[in-house]
Amino acid sequence: MPREIKEHPIVDYPEGEMTRFRFDGKEMEGRLGEPIAAALLRNGISVFRNTEKRKEPRSLFCGIGQCSDCVVVVNGCPNTRSCVTPLEAGMEIETQRGVGKVGKL
Amino acid sequence: MIKTEILIIGAGPAGLGAAIEAARLGAKTLVVDENRKAGGQLYKQIHKFFGSSEHYAGVRGFQIADKLLAEADGLGVEILLNTRALGLLDDGTVAVLADGKAESIEADKVILAVGAKENALVFPGWTLPGVMTAGAAQTFSNVYGILVGQEIVMIGSGNVGLIVSYQLTQGGAEVKALVEAVPDVTGYEVHANKIRRAGIPIYTSHTVIEARGKDHVEEAVIAELDADFQPIPGTEKTVKADTILIAVGLNPRIELAKMFGCAMTYEGALGGTQPVHDDCMRSSNPKVYVCGDQAGVEEASAALEEGRLAGIHAAISLGKESADNAALLNCARASLASLRSGAFAGKRRLTKQRIMEKGATYYAG
Repeated sequence: MPREIKEHPIVDYPEGEMTRFRFDGKEMEGRLGEPIAAALLRNGISVFRNTEKRKEPRSLFCGIGQCSDCVVVVNGCPNTRSCVTPLEAGMEIETQRGVGKVGKL
Repeated sequence: MIKTEILIIGAGPAGLGAAIEAARLGAKTLVVDENRKAGGQLYKQIHKFFGSSEHYAGVRGFQIADKLLAEADGLGVEILLNTRALGLLDDGTVAVLADGKAESIEADKVILAVGAKENALVFPGWTLPGVMTAGAAQTFSNVYGILVGQEIVMIGSGNVGLIVSYQLTQGGAEVKALVEAVPDVTGYEVHANKIRRAGIPIYTSHTVIEARGKDHVEEAVIAELDADFQPIPGTEKTVKADTILIAVGLNPRIELAKMFGCAMTYEGALGGTQPVHDDCMRSSNPKVYVCGDQAGVEEASAALEEGRLAGIHAAISLGKESADNAALLNCARASLASLRSGAFAGKRRLTKQRIMEKGATYYAG
């Protein structure tokens, strides 16, 4: 399953400041400015949304903002691409259920 | 409205190459990129490049990006990040969304350097969390320090499949199997040997026929393929895995080129449908240049050289002077040709020739 890489032979990952956010109401910690998807994976979350009709789980797929498979609800805004949206302190992130209508999630 | 002489869309190797050369010749150059960081996919490439020193042999991808960005900065290139090009407006300007705000850019020449996107592969279970492109795994591992999974099955033995497999082992994952549908490894032997030395089993004439799991991949079913690429019954093997990565090629991003009316051609060897261009990287639309993976999927070094050529020609066409314009263009062409001269580059070279012959018809006479 996903996890943080603690040591790498080539890459020096920047020491990002940790910050708190909530996912489906649960308190979690991620690196400030990392993609929301990275913060979720770091916390062992890999189901980001469920499809409209068959309620199937979906997650990260292209990782660079092109496919929109990884969308979540951020501060009430649905269809937010988690792989390219930076994590901010205190974000309220939710699993997106279905196509994501504003005001009716 | 923003005005510039040359607008470059995409700040990867092609776009940066174009920007550096155009700015060096004195053209007012603006680069826009939808990402929050310039450099395109180079920042994910933590391996050393091949070739000659002029093509940054022995230098890692992210170090090349640093060099290019420093060079562009020194030449006064302006780069607008988090700025997505949306398309062409009726008045000929380019619409962009800059930090969420709509804006339009008027330019004398537009250089499209928007890259390519990874191909998907469809099999039962391919939508399960844990099935993703190799590029996604590479991005998250090499840039953000997150291993997307620990037991990997890789589909595709091209350079992306081989390199990403190796890089994931560097991050601490175990690659349980690398499958390749054709009978031979398709990437460079030097990468394949690294994989073999790392003890990763390579299954040629094999593919993944199913991903199984409830809310996440738990196992991959692989099978041997016959000469018609059909799974051979009875050869199925189940591999315990939490991640299945797809590395089965890329295809050019052509949406903007289509909006600009650039004529297209189909070349399977370079990824599919792409705009034609001449030997100066001009598309069929004289205002628009195309370069990099979007003009046929090759490698970062080829993208960079195509970008340089496009930047030089665009600046010269706007009346910018160098000591010897013809020599400058020929030098860029020669550098590009040398990248396509190796033993493994024959198909790319011939395909590019065909594309350039088509592109040249728009500028005959």
